[in-house]
Amino acid sequence: MAVPKRKMSRSNTRSRRANWKATPTALTTCPQCGSAAQPHIACPSCGTYKGRHYAVAERTEHQS
Amino acid sequence: MPTPTKGPRVGGGPAHERLILANLATSLFEHDSITTTEAKAKRLRPLAERLITFAKRGDLHARRRVMTVVRDKGVVHRLFAEIAPDMAVREGGYTRITKIGARKGDNAPMVVIELVREPLSAKKATVKEAEGATRRAAKQEEAKAAAAETKAAEDAEKVESSETTEAAAALPEGAVAANEDGSSPDEAYTVKGNADSGKYHEADGQWYDQTIAEFWFKSAEDAEKAGFTKAGASS
Repeated sequence: MAVPKRKMSRSNTRSRRANWKATPTALTTCPQCGSAAQPHIACPSCGTYKGRHYAVAERTEHQS
Repeated sequence: MPTPTKGPRVGGGPAHERLILANLATSLFEHDSITTTEAKAKRLRPLAERLITFAKRGDLHARRRVMTVVRDKGVVHRLFAEIAPDMAVREGGYTRITKIGARKGDNAPMVVIELVREPLSAKKATVKEAEGATRRAAKQEEAKAAAAETKAAEDAEKVESSETTEAAAALPEGAVAANEDGSSPDEAYTVKGNADSGKYHEADGQWYDQTIAEFWFKSAEDAEKAGFTKAGASS
């Protein structure tokens, strides 16, 4: 079985991991209630999307 | 005919996928709208739409074909007797998938997949056509106004006094031209008019801050009189 010849240095490990970055979530404002919502996804605060209402999309403080 | 699926099956294998999709389709036809994950909904859509096409055909052979997937006779009856007549004039696109955000436990993207049972309105087509016509008309008007405005601006450099009369002639009724930076020339004029889109923005509007105004109106009524529509009203 192929195995690494050398132990990977702390520096190499860390420089590899330094490139793991989080990106901010894109947000728009809901035209119905004005709160922040992700684009193309039903609004989590009022549950509407394109004038239709989806009760299952609504999230409480605890769930989100 | 749906495109054959590539890649791994949903669930543990081909047979498991067939069972999952059959169960999802049964639930969908029973309840009209179900909540599931995005991956499953995307696999379910072609199957469900095909079954509805069979239901629209409505004969015994079609019913037997559907029975091979949806095992519940009651649900098949509902599909043929209630759902199929609603879909009679619709040419495909029988289902609608709406994303509702990720599930809490595993962050799986969840969706609502539902049958589109509202009648296909002929009104929609005419409304679309009319909107296009008004947009074209507004664009032509705008081009004229813009041409007049540039001319007015050129003239303004030479003779300051003639500019106001010329610009006023090119402007819609009840509007004043914006300053060069788009700000209001008069504090009484608080509604922004966007000549490019033919829309007006009130101070509390969503796009008010980002709009660069060509015209300013005293109130929303004035803007509407001048042929502008409220921003975001049509969506």
